Amino acid sequence: MVRYLLQRLVHSLIVLFGVTLVVFLLLHHIPGGAARGALGNKATPGAILNFNRQNGYDLPLWDQYYHLVSNLVHLRFGYSYKLNETVGLAIGQRLPKTLVLTGLSTALALLIAVPFGVFQAARRNKATDHVLTGVFFILYAMPSFLLGTLLILYFAVDLKVLGFEAPQSTSVLGILSQPRDLILPVLTLAAITIASFSRYMRSSLLDALTEDYIQTAKAKGASRARVFFNHALRNAVIPIITLVGLSIPGIIGGAVVTEAVFNYPGMGLLTYNAIATTDLPLLIGVTIVSTVATIGGSLLADLLYMVADPRIRYA
Amino acid sequence: MPEGRTRAIVRKLGGTPAPVVSGDADSTLPGSGNTASAIGKRFHGDGKGRRRDRLEELSPALQLIVDASQSPSSLSLPADDPGGRGSLWRQTLLSFRLNKAAMAGLFVVVFMILFCFVGPIFYHPNEMNAQLALQSNPTGFAAAPNSGHLLGLDPNGFDELGRLMVGGQNSLEIGFAAALAAVVLGVGWGAIAGFFGGWIDSLMMRIVDTLLSIPTLLLLIVLAVIYRPSVLLLILILAGGAWLVPARLIRGETLTLRTREYVQAVRMMGGGARRMILRHIVPNAIGTTVVNLTFQIADTILYLAALGFLGLGVQPPETDWGSMLSSGVNYATSDYWWLIYPAGAAIVLVVVAFNFVGDGLRDALEVRLQRR
Repeated sequence: MVRYLLQRLVHSLIVLFGVTLVVFLLLHHIPGGAARGALGNKATPGAILNFNRQNGYDLPLWDQYYHLVSNLVHLRFGYSYKLNETVGLAIGQRLPKTLVLTGLSTALALLIAVPFGVFQAARRNKATDHVLTGVFFILYAMPSFLLGTLLILYFAVDLKVLGFEAPQSTSVLGILSQPRDLILPVLTLAAITIASFSRYMRSSLLDALTEDYIQTAKAKGASRARVFFNHALRNAVIPIITLVGLSIPGIIGGAVVTEAVFNYPGMGLLTYNAIATTDLPLLIGVTIVSTVATIGGSLLADLLYMVADPRIRYA
Repeated sequence: MPEGRTRAIVRKLGGTPAPVVSGDADSTLPGSGNTASAIGKRFHGDGKGRRRDRLEELSPALQLIVDASQSPSSLSLPADDPGGRGSLWRQTLLSFRLNKAAMAGLFVVVFMILFCFVGPIFYHPNEMNAQLALQSNPTGFAAAPNSGHLLGLDPNGFDELGRLMVGGQNSLEIGFAAALAAVVLGVGWGAIAGFFGGWIDSLMMRIVDTLLSIPTLLLLIVLAVIYRPSVLLLILILAGGAWLVPARLIRGETLTLRTREYVQAVRMMGGGARRMILRHIVPNAIGTTVVNLTFQIADTILYLAALGFLGLGVQPPETDWGSMLSSGVNYATSDYWWLIYPAGAAIVLVVVAFNFVGDGLRDALEVRLQRR
């Protein structure tokens, strides 16, 4: 198991190294280069030359790449000329808030999706199953910004029971202390994954019901409920861990849109503003941090899977 | 649902290699018998003519079995026989046609294509010309639907229904083209990696792993910010984010396909890698490919909508459904429902429809897989 862990870590590092290479190549494809991005369209050729010399953009390519990697290793993500602060600082302030949003919404999605998936498996091919499948498909097919807007219109504008803007507090605790404003963003982000989680739960449970140990349990006279919940469900629910790990990139992407809709002060909104102002150092920093989160998340999911299912032994 | 339907069709068509299929089918779920008998009733209702057709369909396969038992030298796999292949496709088609959700999805897709591409021939208001719009709508307010403008005007004075059509053209074109490009690239990449194995496989799949670990939307955003998107560039950008999943799927399938007898036989006969990949592996992975293509179209349309919301979609005065919806939700509190619900419904309908079609195709192709 230690060997498997080491293997996975090395693999992750290789992937991370590849990501820096991709990001570096992208940086070099910006029309006009990073200087044009930072100084704007009216910058004189002299100013651009000066900027390039100051920031090392006149060095040979391999040297520039070396600098990028060594900066990243030291957690220096560069400087955002649009925000006038370092990218590391800007991300550091917002990352915890985004973790709160994504964590809460993933937990909510699981709380909704798992029971519904189980219910659908128990009522498979009945009318309720088809209706729920349809509802979840519509949730999946609805762009987040549309769902978010409709939720605001209904709950915040018409009913006036929930806030139409996310909590604006600077601290994580401050955000958590305003649940009335937090509910809609969490719900919107959760909707993205509810569909895939519940569909997966349903088919995973249906698969488990065909296993031999179910036959054995039935043969031994276990009640239907016991077979369903104690034998099938307990085995079927474990693979969801892997699915959560795989969903992380989608959740991060969804957070960009959701945070923009609700003005939630997290990394997604930072990304949204970086797009609006064409702030490339910030975009690149956000991309790298999100990638690290994705890789870390899938690693964590694998570990949890191993803990949850003692049959899984990675040699 | 798929289990019951599959079993029913396999049994009703009867022409499958009995031991394999019945073994597989009988291990399916308890409780799916209802569907099986329902479909069975539908078949019996069709009378004798249909049954005779089926017998005729079967005759080449039966003939093969007879041939095989008489002379071992003429033994060939039914899947390579043209007649046998025809009936396999017919089974797939039949199974697809019995799937109500998939047929409804197909209907919606066809309807939307007609609406977007044929509709403008019959309905041609002003949906793009800013000059005309300014003259007819100088106040800059959206106008509610009326007899002249069936879905009203947007704040620019453009006709909303006409815009829904041209925007739909862009959304559907970009969705189709990007998904197709992604699947073609992914299939080629995955088949080559899986076929050659070794360090080629490792290198190619590490590249896929690397790109997959960057959240797709962020990758698309960075690409779209760097290359200010035209329709063609949007297709390339979206394809650039979408080819990774089919590459992985096909690579996995190639790993099993390359050990098959018919691929080994080509190798024995001195067939080159190109022939084995293009003529044997890729055609046999066509099911996975087509199913993935339909899901990719749905996802691409959704990603395009997200890009539209971020202002990175098709640029004005042209538009796509996502960009339309995104500008529509700005007026959410003004009760301009015609700026939100039509575009929103179009996206949701098309995405759900493609998902239903994909699910239906996957279920239908399982019949084929069981026969292999």
